Amino acid sequence: MSGDGKYFATTKKGEIHELKEELRVLDKSRRKDAVKKVIAAMTVGKDVSPIFPDVVNCMQTDDLELKKLVYLYLINYAKSQPDLAIMAVNTFVKDSQDPNPLIRALAVRTMGCIRVDKITEYLCDPLQRCLKDDDPYVRKTAAVCVAKLYDINPELVEDRGFLDLLKDLLADSNPMVVANAVAALADIRETSSHNLLVLTNQALFKLLRALNECTEWGQVYILDAISKMQISEAKDAESIVERVVPRLQHANSAVVLSAVKVVLLQLPLISDEAAVKALIKKLGPPLVTLLSEEAEVQYVALRNINLIVQKHPEVLSHEIKVFFCKYNDPIYVKLEKLDIMIALANERNIDQVLLELKEYATEVDVDFVRKAVRAIGRCAVTLERAAERCINVLLELIKQKVNYVVQEAVVVIKDIFRRYPNRYESIIATLCDSLDSLDEPEARASMVWIIGEYAERIDNADELLESFLEAFPEENAAVQLQLVTAAVKLFLKNPQPRAQQMIQLVLTYATQETDNPDLRDRAYVYWRLLSSDPEAARAVVLAEKPVISQGTATMDPQLLSTLLGNLSTLSSVYHLPPSAFVTRAAHTPAPSLDNGALRERTTTDDGVAAAAGSSSSGPVSDGAPSSAAAAAQPPSSSSLIGDLLDLDISDPSPAAAAAPVEELVEVMSPQNGKGLGIKAGFSRENNAPVFLLQLANTTQQSLDGFMVQFNKNSHGVAPASQVVQVPPLGPGETAGASVPLTTNPALINPAANPATIQVAIRNNQQGVLYFTSPFKPDILAAPAASPVDDNFFGL
Amino acid sequence: MAASAVFILDLKGHVILFRDYRGDVPIKHAERFITKLNELEEAGKVTPIISDEGVTYLYVQYSNLYLLIVTRENVNAASMLLFLHKLREVFVHYFNELEEESLRDNFVIAYELLDEVMDYGYPQFTEAKILSEFIKTDAYKMEVQARPPMAVTNAVSWRSEGIRYKKNEVFLDVVESVNLLVNSNGTVVRSEVMGALKMRTFLSGMPECKLGLNDKVLFEAQGRGGKNKSVEMEDIKFHQCVRLARFENDRTISFIPPDGNFDLMTYRLSQNVRPLVWVECTVEKHSRSRTEYLVKARSQFKERSSASNVEIFLPLPPDAITPTVRASQGTAVYVPEKEALVWKIKSFPGGREFLLRAKFSLPSVAAEEEPHGRMPPIKVNFEIPYFTVSGIQVRYLKVIEKSGYQALPWVRYITAGGEYEIRMA
Repeated sequence: MSGDGKYFATTKKGEIHELKEELRVLDKSRRKDAVKKVIAAMTVGKDVSPIFPDVVNCMQTDDLELKKLVYLYLINYAKSQPDLAIMAVNTFVKDSQDPNPLIRALAVRTMGCIRVDKITEYLCDPLQRCLKDDDPYVRKTAAVCVAKLYDINPELVEDRGFLDLLKDLLADSNPMVVANAVAALADIRETSSHNLLVLTNQALFKLLRALNECTEWGQVYILDAISKMQISEAKDAESIVERVVPRLQHANSAVVLSAVKVVLLQLPLISDEAAVKALIKKLGPPLVTLLSEEAEVQYVALRNINLIVQKHPEVLSHEIKVFFCKYNDPIYVKLEKLDIMIALANERNIDQVLLELKEYATEVDVDFVRKAVRAIGRCAVTLERAAERCINVLLELIKQKVNYVVQEAVVVIKDIFRRYPNRYESIIATLCDSLDSLDEPEARASMVWIIGEYAERIDNADELLESFLEAFPEENAAVQLQLVTAAVKLFLKNPQPRAQQMIQLVLTYATQETDNPDLRDRAYVYWRLLSSDPEAARAVVLAEKPVISQGTATMDPQLLSTLLGNLSTLSSVYHLPPSAFVTRAAHTPAPSLDNGALRERTTTDDGVAAAAGSSSSGPVSDGAPSSAAAAAQPPSSSSLIGDLLDLDISDPSPAAAAAPVEELVEVMSPQNGKGLGIKAGFSRENNAPVFLLQLANTTQQSLDGFMVQFNKNSHGVAPASQVVQVPPLGPGETAGASVPLTTNPALINPAANPATIQVAIRNNQQGVLYFTSPFKPDILAAPAASPVDDNFFGL
Repeated sequence: MAASAVFILDLKGHVILFRDYRGDVPIKHAERFITKLNELEEAGKVTPIISDEGVTYLYVQYSNLYLLIVTRENVNAASMLLFLHKLREVFVHYFNELEEESLRDNFVIAYELLDEVMDYGYPQFTEAKILSEFIKTDAYKMEVQARPPMAVTNAVSWRSEGIRYKKNEVFLDVVESVNLLVNSNGTVVRSEVMGALKMRTFLSGMPECKLGLNDKVLFEAQGRGGKNKSVEMEDIKFHQCVRLARFENDRTISFIPPDGNFDLMTYRLSQNVRPLVWVECTVEKHSRSRTEYLVKARSQFKERSSASNVEIFLPLPPDAITPTVRASQGTAVYVPEKEALVWKIKSFPGGREFLLRAKFSLPSVAAEEEPHGRMPPIKVNFEIPYFTVSGIQVRYLKVIEKSGYQALPWVRYITAGGEYEIRMA
């Protein structure tokens, strides 16, 4: 069978010209074939925008398939041909009044996808009609279209009263219309200052009623919207729960997870303890069933269960077996299951868990094996009464002499020693047997620590340390540090000549031949302590160490509750608050700026939002498409429609607002930045260049003392002051700052890439982080200078 | 909140087809996806959701394709991944096979579908059967212009009106699959039963159906516990056609079914069931290079039942040489690409035991780096017709349609091996 695949086979040379010819033929089926070829070419990434008028000419047709293809073409290319896009408006408006609801909906749906002002203007009347259409299929499409329009031009939506019409749809008789209206309102709320989903009781119940009847996806929108509502009355919470609990039986796992989220959020409001208990009991089985879903969905479910059991371990405390790994589980599922097993392990089930972990520790996948061994260690640290059993399992594993198992075991045994000092030292002899096989720094460092700490009980501690010292200069820094300390410990505990000799050797090397300042400093401290006051040295080096805490790092309760409120979403998968990763490109009122460039709209940061042009207030937004907008799209006098627009794009904007609207780009993700997420960009404020920063702290501690410095760059740009004016940043907080810039010819490095600047940022807690920020030199020029073509610098 | 765009890529990461819904993630990000994926794979850190430079990628692999959603927002991850699976089902329904070539051959339809299943990044309508009523492939082009079927926006979104059959029939298969995990020391670590009621309906009009099961909760509520044998299901999941609120209220399973095949409900039981087929494998190592397996397979269900198509996969070391097998029943062959001996027994009556003996050699010179790690588990497939582990029974299936026809329900029971793993010593 020869399908549509043939349309991909086209001649290279003169293709566009040929297509143009074919689009002009009268024969309908040949013309349709030509449009298919155009779409095929578009699909493989060829630029077929030059034949825009010819394609749009095919738009008026009774052939629905052909119409859809032309619409698809318009969605992709209208932006690059805004002046010609106007040609399509007539057909759109006509289609939006077609007797066939499919075509009415198609017209509105497509118009909303075309981010061209001239089209948007004409969208309002059809949209208004379609929001009140008799056919629910048209209404549900129109509901979503309001959100599209809001993204392009929020003022227009508000001026035309579309928000109210949208809210009216929440009470629509058709459940799908209700669901899409909810989704659209939630979408708008993300970028709007209005709280659009403050709901009366009545509205809430209408939503709950629609829940029973709409499609699975619609149910998810409704449940997710309810989860974002402020419910404060116990009786509201109870009736929500009553209506939502049946959703736990739905075949679609997304419905189930969102239902779990809604139920969990209502729990604190319900005072009847027995009822709460019964609810919690109901959540367990559906969560377990999620583990028979597709692996990808299992992964989401497991990340969520991880959060749920931190807050409500009783939901699954009897179900630990369902988290035992299957042989063919993907590795990402296995690793998540392991985490949950550790969280659910207790004294009752620890024997089973250990047996299982031991089984994993002999599997093939090295990463999984390592994690299994670590898991045994974590169980030992958390469950005091099971510690001995855990250690026995570790010893058995060590005896199998599989290299990486032994190394991992040594590392966790060090932790166990720190948790339970002076209790299990009898096993040291077994550890020492495998000394030679340790080649990973962490394992070697752990072993050295153990030898030093228990030097008095190991007969040949000096020999063992000596064997490590032979290769001292080549060792990893962590091992070197441990060796220095261990040698000192040994000497203090047993100051015989051999130990003395060893310590002299080590300290000499560490103070004179190393480049590592940490190592050198530590060696000097020891040296001075030992030479001035051995007793003081004893007190310092052999001091009793604080016992390490319960092992598993528990999550900050506030973060945990944020994440639980976001179950099923990416936030609950990443275990990060949404603000840490959401980079929603926002609408500014100037769609002409939108060349696929990412403009940042921050909902949290006032400073940056103000710089980027807040869209919530009319006059400012109207002024925002300033010199940059004018540069990106020169006013075209040929187009009559330009005069009909509210915003006069050719009007020179006031100087104060003349800052080029610059995007903030994520330059460092929290994963790469030790938990600090950084977005940065360059702009102008008060007629001077500034460096804009947005800092998101996803760590557990508060961060302060931010300073910034630039590497030498091709423009000689540097911060006027290194101090970043930003308050201390608490866990989960985000703040913005702008750093004034100066230029200094001494800092010019002509060899540097002119489009980027290398930046170093530091704070008191994390030290220095490096990143590269894209840079456009036009921010250095005063706005009076002639507008520069964006694309020139974007190259 | 919503997907930015949907991409379909080949395994090398080249875009075959895409639909941009929100215009905030440029196509170049999709082109970078594969690089990032490979990077993570190499580091052993791959997950179905990855993040790179502020863009989140959610993907599903199917045949030689990646179905990919990109977004910058805090989307509902479960919903998006399930949507991709539904999209895959829709494509399979339309193209029979979903792979690179069939997608290219049908790109026009694929674009039409992408326009209908999602709007502005929000999943809309994914019922393949209803979609095919108004988005048709070339072969079935309609004379008249398509209109949206009522079902698209109806409360009953899974069934169209006006379906007619000469003979009204319902087939109901009760399928229970047994998942089992047995430790190397022979203890059962966990066992569970996953049940499914699979329906095939050929019913006219808009039939109201009501299904009665020997559900323990229902029996107890009606005060008829005691004598009647009933089953306690741990978790039940229903097809969207079942009225959940009604079930929550009085345990009635009532619904208007879709036309054709679907899973009406699935359920789970985690009671400890005696393993139906028990396999024990003793490994005797005669020397470094000679090993012998002694395998016992025992059927632990009633004699009047019989398991059919039993397949026992016995893992062998990858470097095993010339295995020789003798089995007291059935046939056993060495399948090198699966690194296993496959022992097939056509019919395995209850209460019987069969033996198998396998000898094989290993290269006398061991590889430099001896592969560490234990053997994969033994796996078992089987089917036992006319039997359920749980004892679930369909008490009635009523079909009421306003035209008043009589529908014939047919019920079958079958139990099968699911994820049936017995760890090797």
